[in-house]
Amino acid sequence: MFHTEILEVNMGPQHPATHGVLRVILGLDGETVVSCKPVIGYLHRGVEKLAEHKLYVMIPPLCDRLDYVGSASQNLGYIQAVEKLCGIEVPERGQYIRVILAELNRISSHLVWLGTHGLDIGAMTVFFYTFREREMILDLFEAFCGARLTYNSMRIGGLLEDVPPGWTDRVSRFITLFPSREKEYEDLLTVNRIWLGRTQGVGVLTPEDAIALGTSGPTLRGSGVDYDVRKAQPYSSYDQFDFDVPVGTKGDTYDRYRIRMEEMRQSCRIIRQALDRLPEGEVRAKVPKYIKPPAGEVYHVVESPRGEQGFYIVHKSGEMPYRMRFRSPSFVNLQALPAMCRGRLIADVVAIIGSIDIVLGDVDR
Amino acid sequence: MDPSFIQQILIPTAQILVVVMVLPLLIAYLQLVERKVLGFMQARLAPRRVGWHGLLQPIADAVKLLIKEDIIPEKSDRFLFTLAPIVTVIPALAALAVIPFAGASFTFYGYEVRPFITDVNVALLYLLAISSLGIYGIILGGWASNSKYSLLGALRSSAQMISYEVPLGFAVIGVMMMAGTASMVGIVEAQRTAGVWYVLPQIVGFFCYFIAAIAETNRVPFDLPEAEAELVAGFHTEYSGMKFAFFFLAEYTNMIVVSSIVTILFFGGWLRPFPNVASLQWLENGWLVLLPVTLGAFAGWLFGLKTGRGLPPMAAGTVIGLLAGITLAVLDVGGLAGLSVPVVSGAFWFFLKVSLFLFLYIWLRGTYPRYRYDQLMNLGWKWLIPLSVVNVVGTGLGILVFSGR
Repeated sequence: MFHTEILEVNMGPQHPATHGVLRVILGLDGETVVSCKPVIGYLHRGVEKLAEHKLYVMIPPLCDRLDYVGSASQNLGYIQAVEKLCGIEVPERGQYIRVILAELNRISSHLVWLGTHGLDIGAMTVFFYTFREREMILDLFEAFCGARLTYNSMRIGGLLEDVPPGWTDRVSRFITLFPSREKEYEDLLTVNRIWLGRTQGVGVLTPEDAIALGTSGPTLRGSGVDYDVRKAQPYSSYDQFDFDVPVGTKGDTYDRYRIRMEEMRQSCRIIRQALDRLPEGEVRAKVPKYIKPPAGEVYHVVESPRGEQGFYIVHKSGEMPYRMRFRSPSFVNLQALPAMCRGRLIADVVAIIGSIDIVLGDVDR
Repeated sequence: MDPSFIQQILIPTAQILVVVMVLPLLIAYLQLVERKVLGFMQARLAPRRVGWHGLLQPIADAVKLLIKEDIIPEKSDRFLFTLAPIVTVIPALAALAVIPFAGASFTFYGYEVRPFITDVNVALLYLLAISSLGIYGIILGGWASNSKYSLLGALRSSAQMISYEVPLGFAVIGVMMMAGTASMVGIVEAQRTAGVWYVLPQIVGFFCYFIAAIAETNRVPFDLPEAEAELVAGFHTEYSGMKFAFFFLAEYTNMIVVSSIVTILFFGGWLRPFPNVASLQWLENGWLVLLPVTLGAFAGWLFGLKTGRGLPPMAAGTVIGLLAGITLAVLDVGGLAGLSVPVVSGAFWFFLKVSLFLFLYIWLRGTYPRYRYDQLMNLGWKWLIPLSVVNVVGTGLGILVFSGR
């Protein structure tokens, strides 16, 4: 009847809601999204290539900068891959402290997600609340290793140093305090009618699609698939802790929100157990200064706050890897965006991007 | 000079000038209050660098906006782009012409001055009409910017404002029916005669009006047109400098206008609570309470700050100040000193109520996420409009049954 055209809108790479330099090309029919195409690469640094020219001990700082919001998991994954390649056994105290670090980092990463997700949907206050608690975690990390974001605190064979005196008490105080603070966020959002309206039924990802697209982490579990690397292939003595893996039912933004909220509680549980049962002894195995692994390849996955973080190393000779490959969860999860956005409104696109919880450093590598 | 010239030309002109000049300053400080209150709600400090506790921040902001480069996008429609902020800000200011700030008039060098610019008998209709005009500026601005985000923002804005005009109009009909007039002064006087604020019989109308008014002023949770996360800044994405300041001014003026209208229509305007109860006459001296309360709260706050005891001393100071103030008011110290001026009392109650509504706006902003476009339309068309129509019918029946008019 009338001649209409699809309005093409460039969302990003500089846009307040794309969490970095993601560019999404939206085809709009009025307010409805008819096509959605993520464009990436604005933060590409070629870390995989860089890693081929570095000694094994020099690579962790590169991993830190993949997913700079949850860098403890990146460290852990890479270092465990090397340990797997060399067959190094880490002392139990070292493993436990690694778990504490990874789980604290998971909480801080989820706090960043919650704050920015809320901000995208217009709930401004929760952002400041989450960053208040995140600050406490960052202080803990600062006390432990001096860095607040890119920790580089784990070493092949264990940790650089044992925790400073009194640190475990500070962690313990924090995880005692944290549940009451989490209730504050829930009071603001979980039962808020507008929040429910904005998240329920938005960006539905069916379990079949979720598996076919290779998603992982909360994005996959939100769709009802019970898969968590910490349970499926336990590493760093995760099999010794008792925790639940929350699973969604509908696969919408609200489910993914609930899952991350619950994961923060479960992380507190894990940290509590690790603190209670923290063994005495060394934190680092005896390893040579220069790592010279035997020739071979290794693939190791860990559950980062965003999902399944894989590290693939091919070693031929010498002290540097022949080929390095990072399987980053943000990159894979981002592929689900067009499937979730089709036929929704523009306002839903930002809610969905928020609910996938991408970090562009991790997407582009 | 001819007295009637002074009375009819000079005084109204002076009044208009006062309103137009004082308002931007008021808005600048309203914005500081908003930032301070939001800061308090969000566990942070809010401005405190410029001036004592950020008291000069609004001035710094205004100067910054004034001297900022005024960018006109190359491919925009230059004329409409410049016209849009003006078209937005003029209706917002014009609406203030019929807002009565107090009831009684006072004499100034022998001339009678009324505390409002004018009182017309179709004030409510005038307000509805003039507030609709503000949409033009937004559509023009969004279209003239030649930017997709601006255009989307403008479309949303116009759809939203037009949808919410309807319940807004229906909601005030109830009040008009009860008061039997559309004059603002008349409505307040009718509430004095009725002895009750219209919020009680018109509770449904009040809720419809207030929700629709928030949507009309594009504030949280209905701030879709300028939804930062989706549309960058909506219709004013491309604006900078003074043109942006005009949009800003219009938004805050609209907030003040809407709060004033709510106060007048539903909360008795400048009337004190229970305007006909003689034993509460001391409430006329309500403004006397303000000073001790402020002093008490301030002293308590300073004490808490110095001794590190936080907020409890402030609460204690407020209570002590409140008790002292009520004592002063009951004893009618002002009257004894010959200071009892009705216009002061009226203005005090009026601005107190307006401030409470402005606070409510800020509170909402600190609490709620943003509605989605379709949800907004649902709320407007499926809930507010039927509800406000039912309210009109109910009011009619009520009038028929109770007063047989």
